[in-house]
Amino acid sequence: MDETNKKWYSLNLNRSKKSESCGCEKSAGSCDSDKPKDGYDQIMDVSMSRRAAFTKITAGLLIGAGAVSSSCSVVGSDESKEKSAMEWEEYFKGNYKLMTDEEKDKTINRLVRSYELNTGKKINMSSKDAEENVLFGYAFNISKCQGYMDCVNACVEENNQDRTTQMQYIRIHEMEDGKGFNFEEADDNYYHEVPAKGHFYMGTQCFHCDNPPCVEVCPVKATWKEKDGIVVIDYDWCIGCRYCMAACPYDGRRFNWKTPEVPEEEVNKNQHYLGNRLRKKGVMEKCTFCIQRSREGKNPACVEACPTGSRTFGNLLDPKSNIRWILENKKVFRLKEDLGTEPKFWYYMD
Amino acid sequence: MKTLKVFGSLIKDAVLEVTHGSKVYHIWMAVLTFIMLLGVYNYSIQLEQGLSATGMTDRVSWGLYISNFTFLVGVAAAAVMLVLPAYVLKNIDFKQAVLIGEGLAVSALLMCLAFVVADMGGPARLWHMIPGIGVFNFPNSMLAWDVIVLNGYLFINITIPLYILIMRYQGKTPNPKIYIPGVFLSVFWAVGIHMVTAFLYQGLQARPFWNNALLGPRFLASAFAAGPALIIIVLAIIRKFTEFKIADITIKKISLIVTVAAQINLIMLISELFKEFYAPTHHSISAVYLFFGLEGKTALLPWIWTSISLNVIATVALTFHKVRSNLKILYVLCGMLFIAIWIEKGFGLIVPGFIPGPWGKIAEYTPSFVEIFVTLAIWAMGAFIFTILTKTGIAIEMGKLVYKKK
Repeated sequence: MDETNKKWYSLNLNRSKKSESCGCEKSAGSCDSDKPKDGYDQIMDVSMSRRAAFTKITAGLLIGAGAVSSSCSVVGSDESKEKSAMEWEEYFKGNYKLMTDEEKDKTINRLVRSYELNTGKKINMSSKDAEENVLFGYAFNISKCQGYMDCVNACVEENNQDRTTQMQYIRIHEMEDGKGFNFEEADDNYYHEVPAKGHFYMGTQCFHCDNPPCVEVCPVKATWKEKDGIVVIDYDWCIGCRYCMAACPYDGRRFNWKTPEVPEEEVNKNQHYLGNRLRKKGVMEKCTFCIQRSREGKNPACVEACPTGSRTFGNLLDPKSNIRWILENKKVFRLKEDLGTEPKFWYYMD
Repeated sequence: MKTLKVFGSLIKDAVLEVTHGSKVYHIWMAVLTFIMLLGVYNYSIQLEQGLSATGMTDRVSWGLYISNFTFLVGVAAAAVMLVLPAYVLKNIDFKQAVLIGEGLAVSALLMCLAFVVADMGGPARLWHMIPGIGVFNFPNSMLAWDVIVLNGYLFINITIPLYILIMRYQGKTPNPKIYIPGVFLSVFWAVGIHMVTAFLYQGLQARPFWNNALLGPRFLASAFAAGPALIIIVLAIIRKFTEFKIADITIKKISLIVTVAAQINLIMLISELFKEFYAPTHHSISAVYLFFGLEGKTALLPWIWTSISLNVIATVALTFHKVRSNLKILYVLCGMLFIAIWIEKGFGLIVPGFIPGPWGKIAEYTPSFVEIFVTLAIWAMGAFIFTILTKTGIAIEMGKLVYKKK
């Protein structure tokens, strides 16, 4: 995204813009796997084979360990053998961002198959990449929001968040009239009839910053910004150090302190690898602008669920999109702009 | 081949040495082992339940583990304050202390690594960090830097004393040309590990309490007070329980280092307090929480005021030459300073960084029992490793352990 192409005002912090052509951090060439491999890809290919070697060596060393012993066991059923073999391969798979298309397909097949083995139900998991000329942005109309929290509920259902700890990506802050945007005194955990008299409402979630501090700090590159601007996490690569959580100025990230639980009948089976697929304990997660929906051309669940129309989502590079109309015609602002994070999430009032 | 044989014999002799000792020694090791086993049990609970077994939440996402990690990086770095004068300035007094200091650095580093692993949500996936098979976000992530510098420092601090001890073990004199470059490297490296650890916090624009240019230098000052203070206490204990001779002058020289570092640390503390409270801004609110509490939430108040009082009393008392020269009083002052800095640089630094949260939410943090026991166990592990290292080291230095050619 170069300066000339930019569709919003931003701070000039003299930050040397990295010439990012795509999420794979290559400045030249492309990340398509069918093209001839150069530079980065070659290095990654080596590392994949190293990992394969590591897999085999460790498998040999840990021959007594449960996973291996049952996969080699003569008495175990075929299904349990298949399951442990898959668990083994899942454990040693690489970082999604660096996988070839073939590897992506393999891991997705494993995940779908293991869900089937565990529950007998089929899920549908996508690995759809970002489309060309798409950069997602979001606008929030403070005048319209009444604090119904339908967005919060829709989000939880869509994204398979842990029900036992009531994890929520969206926070709705109830603010008192006449005090401005006073987050300190706002209540983001209210249980009463809304709209409450003398109050207004403001929602926060992951802002999908153009310069995300959480991505910089991750020691293993388990989180990154996709080409269409969505900041995603590879749940299977995350080591759970929570450095990104400390680095986020917007409280946009959540951690699975325990094994997340979603009743089988409530699981949203339309999933994306980088989106709402089921998570495990000890990893980060967050809003992905419902990547499983937005990459199919649909609105995120929160936008669709909002009864007041305060939420607008769209492609910032499309001059005819609603989001562009808002940015061009409303007095928009962003939160904590002085930090230079460049959120792609704007607020405005009627 | 010969070196390997010597090394093998050293290991054998060392095992014999550390498994034999006085009654007090055996009780000490038994107690440490018991605490470690208790910690292993509690860690197994944490592995089973996930980090929900700790007191940490989405609001305060780092706690006791990272606090202790931060503090111990300082202790590890401080060993260098003894290495430098002993080897480079040819100050003979320090030589015995150095061995202890290096042992302390190694134990502290292993504790650091243990605390980081204990804090991980997915310790089984830590291989993702290993270069070659994993992906390392270098140079962007300060945590990646920290992993490199800590492991590098560990390597340096194992190899230098090992070389010296192996030579002594064979009755030879270690060649300064071989180990002095390593010593110089470790001096710079020690400053490096602490600055990098400070940058880990300092670089986060999201947390104004940490995003402060003084953090790095203040880390160094407090480390060079707390680390040598611990060494003084350890030397006093070793002097009491072993035949290892440590001259009074050695301890007094180290106490000078402690004093100067504590004075600088106090000046920086005053500077920080002035900035936060003379013209308080929105960003001072974490400091307000730490020192005065917010909205009736005052969990850290008793801790930080204990820390400040101990710090001020110890630093002022140390400043007087007469007080400092009395070894009994010196030990007490060093103990006070050590506790003060442990509080201040531990949860006095980490926890307020998260309170209030990015949207002003004030949620306090109390460590769970699982967390406390794992923390105690890691400290016990450090003490255990340190005891083994120094006992072997002292035996070689005293000429009790000698390589016998067969």
